[in-house]
Amino acid sequence: MLGKTANGLYWMYRYLERAENTSRLVETGQRIALTRLDSPDDEWVSVMQTAGVATAYKKHHDVVTKETAIDWMLRAKENPSSVLSVISETRQNARMVRTALTHDVWEAVNGCYMKVKEALARRVNERDLPAVIDLIKERTALVRGTTQGTMLRNDIFNFARIGTYLERADNISRILDVKYYVLLPSVLSVGSSIDNVQWETILRSVSARGGFRMVHGNQATPRDIAQFLILDRRMPRSLKFSILKIRDNMEYLAADYGVRHASHELVGRLVDSFMSQDIDDIFDYGLHEYLQNLLAALGDLGRQIEVDYRFYE
Amino acid sequence: MNEKKILDEMWGRDDALRDPYECFQAWFEGEDIARLRAKQREAEEVFRLTGITFNVYGRAEAEERLIPFDIIPRIISGREWQRLSRGIEQRVRAINAFLYDIYHRQEIVKAGRIPEEAIARNDAFLPEMIGVKPPGGVYTHIVGIDLVRTGDNEFYVLEDNARTPSGVSYMLENRETMLQMFPELFSKNRVQPVQTYPADLRQSLAACAPEDCNGRPTVAVLTPGIYNSAYFEHAFLADQMGVELVEGHDLRIVDGKVAMRTTQGYQPIDVLYRRVDDDFLDPLNFNADSALGIPGIMDVYRAGRITIANAPGTGIADDKAIYSYMPDIVEFYTGEKAILENVPTWRCSEPDALAYVLDNLGDLVVKEVHGSGGYGMLIGPTATRKEIAEFRKKLEARPGNYIAQPTLSLSTVPIFTRKGLAPRHVDLRPFVLVSPAGIKITPGGLTRVALKKGSLVVNSSQGGGTKDTWVLED
Repeated sequence: MLGKTANGLYWMYRYLERAENTSRLVETGQRIALTRLDSPDDEWVSVMQTAGVATAYKKHHDVVTKETAIDWMLRAKENPSSVLSVISETRQNARMVRTALTHDVWEAVNGCYMKVKEALARRVNERDLPAVIDLIKERTALVRGTTQGTMLRNDIFNFARIGTYLERADNISRILDVKYYVLLPSVLSVGSSIDNVQWETILRSVSARGGFRMVHGNQATPRDIAQFLILDRRMPRSLKFSILKIRDNMEYLAADYGVRHASHELVGRLVDSFMSQDIDDIFDYGLHEYLQNLLAALGDLGRQIEVDYRFYE
Repeated sequence: MNEKKILDEMWGRDDALRDPYECFQAWFEGEDIARLRAKQREAEEVFRLTGITFNVYGRAEAEERLIPFDIIPRIISGREWQRLSRGIEQRVRAINAFLYDIYHRQEIVKAGRIPEEAIARNDAFLPEMIGVKPPGGVYTHIVGIDLVRTGDNEFYVLEDNARTPSGVSYMLENRETMLQMFPELFSKNRVQPVQTYPADLRQSLAACAPEDCNGRPTVAVLTPGIYNSAYFEHAFLADQMGVELVEGHDLRIVDGKVAMRTTQGYQPIDVLYRRVDDDFLDPLNFNADSALGIPGIMDVYRAGRITIANAPGTGIADDKAIYSYMPDIVEFYTGEKAILENVPTWRCSEPDALAYVLDNLGDLVVKEVHGSGGYGMLIGPTATRKEIAEFRKKLEARPGNYIAQPTLSLSTVPIFTRKGLAPRHVDLRPFVLVSPAGIKITPGGLTRVALKKGSLVVNSSQGGGTKDTWVLED
């Protein structure tokens, strides 16, 4: 496989994952805004922080309103991480690696782009927002489904997976980091209703509410939530699940090519140092520091993969 | 003989249904117009979703456009096709022999059949190719000959596309779409298949591999990148052949071979089907500013260690000034009279011809020698007086840059319009593969159709559409 193709696949699936995560964050933000009576616009700052787009937003807007925040996250051309921008990038990368994709995957990507572009051609009305979010989730799910159902399990698939799970791990870490303070045990004593909303925000923004309830019942404690999203490997949007998937796919590549690289060392160390302790150790160490270190380690891993598999010259 | 009436390939000259369309017409009569209209829209949807688009240069807005597809097939009988393909094969053989000769002993010049300056002063002539023998002796691995029809057995060659002819993906996708939408038509008509083209192409390219290649040759398609107007086709062909689609920056010279950067290091390539122009192939040997090419590839080529398809320098054979000598070229190398007609051509570089052309601008088509895509040409009969006056100035300023031809009465084929069938002018580009194992012509090709009533311009960049082209098994 060409290094350029591996690069394109990796980014195609990173962007696809980001599109889905961003749309879910918008959905969560909207829900909070609708269920809270006090200054609902404030929440959008934290939603945008979670999506990593708040700094750029401030460069283009002076005040935060629900309308501008949603528009920024869904369709702003100046925001490289808006859903519209990343779906366009997904498709552009898919065009570049067209020969590595099945017909079904390509049509799903192209169809996703066409429909989402149409739905986001102009500012989304509040009334239409749920339908637009559903459309984005459905269309990205179709790409994931055709990938799962029609692609060979070879190096092409491995690079697609590595991109997906690196992005997912990155996104979950950010979501947790923006909200880490509400998960600290000390906050438990405060026990205000605000915290309940915040916890629910976290679970909702990674589609984990149902799964959490199945495992932990209705009594949400911050410790359980942190345990669930960081260390529960049954949960497809937990850090552990994502990071082990990255490692697995890198091991498949090593077996397939018969070569181990520096990135294999890195991912091994990443699993050892971040996934082997229990949740109390992590709280003792400091959740914020833990997440910051993890984000840095994920960044290093991504850069090493680019080098090892010759993504660029 | 009725010279004035135009041949319609379905209805002839006098509203008498022609044989190849008999079965189709019986089907069409029983069809509901509303259903066909829905099918026409459905076809467009299929094309859009598949991404069969072309990029328009210099237009950021409408970046990708669809070439309109018309659902009425163009039908050619097996007998008509046989004669046509004999003519094409003869022409392609002559072109390859001509290229070999031009870059070696230049016998045709010595024999006085072509003036020396037509070669030596021609921009399309590549001195770097002098004395180079391409692997397998093939210059034009892929040729797309543009033909127009004026009568039952009268086909004229408009252009020999011997560089990097495009459009074959439309031939294939048009057929795929028709098969999906009208399966019943293919049960009733025995249409010769075109779907083997990608496999044939790969086989043909592999058969031209360099001598030092052991085992199965590694083939790759070289594209200028995703912003190129024909990128869809490049990706399509690479995908269908199961080979890598590379860009210049994926390639470098490693151990005297052209090699591509893979996730496991550099791997040598034996045959490069390039879809970039000569100028951009090698910044060391040609255009130094080219970011598309591979520095040093020409040195590997001259050492016989890579096949470049088509060979560099083939442009001299499809140059519009050389075109006018094609009847001589065919005769010189094959010893036979050309089966396909050449459109009479006035070379404006010659004073007598220029005088004639200037006197008759209103009746002639005047083209730039190196132009393509239907740009920079004058169609006298449909041009305004002002357009003709402006063109006259350009022509007088640089006569050597132009040739002129009479306007031909191009045949028509019906298209599907809101009011039913309506005749429109068409051309035909069959695709030819050349290898040491032989010449293979896919039965059919790309039919381009001028969608505007009465228009003779079929180019997709100027409002042309395409049709599925059927060659029947007689």
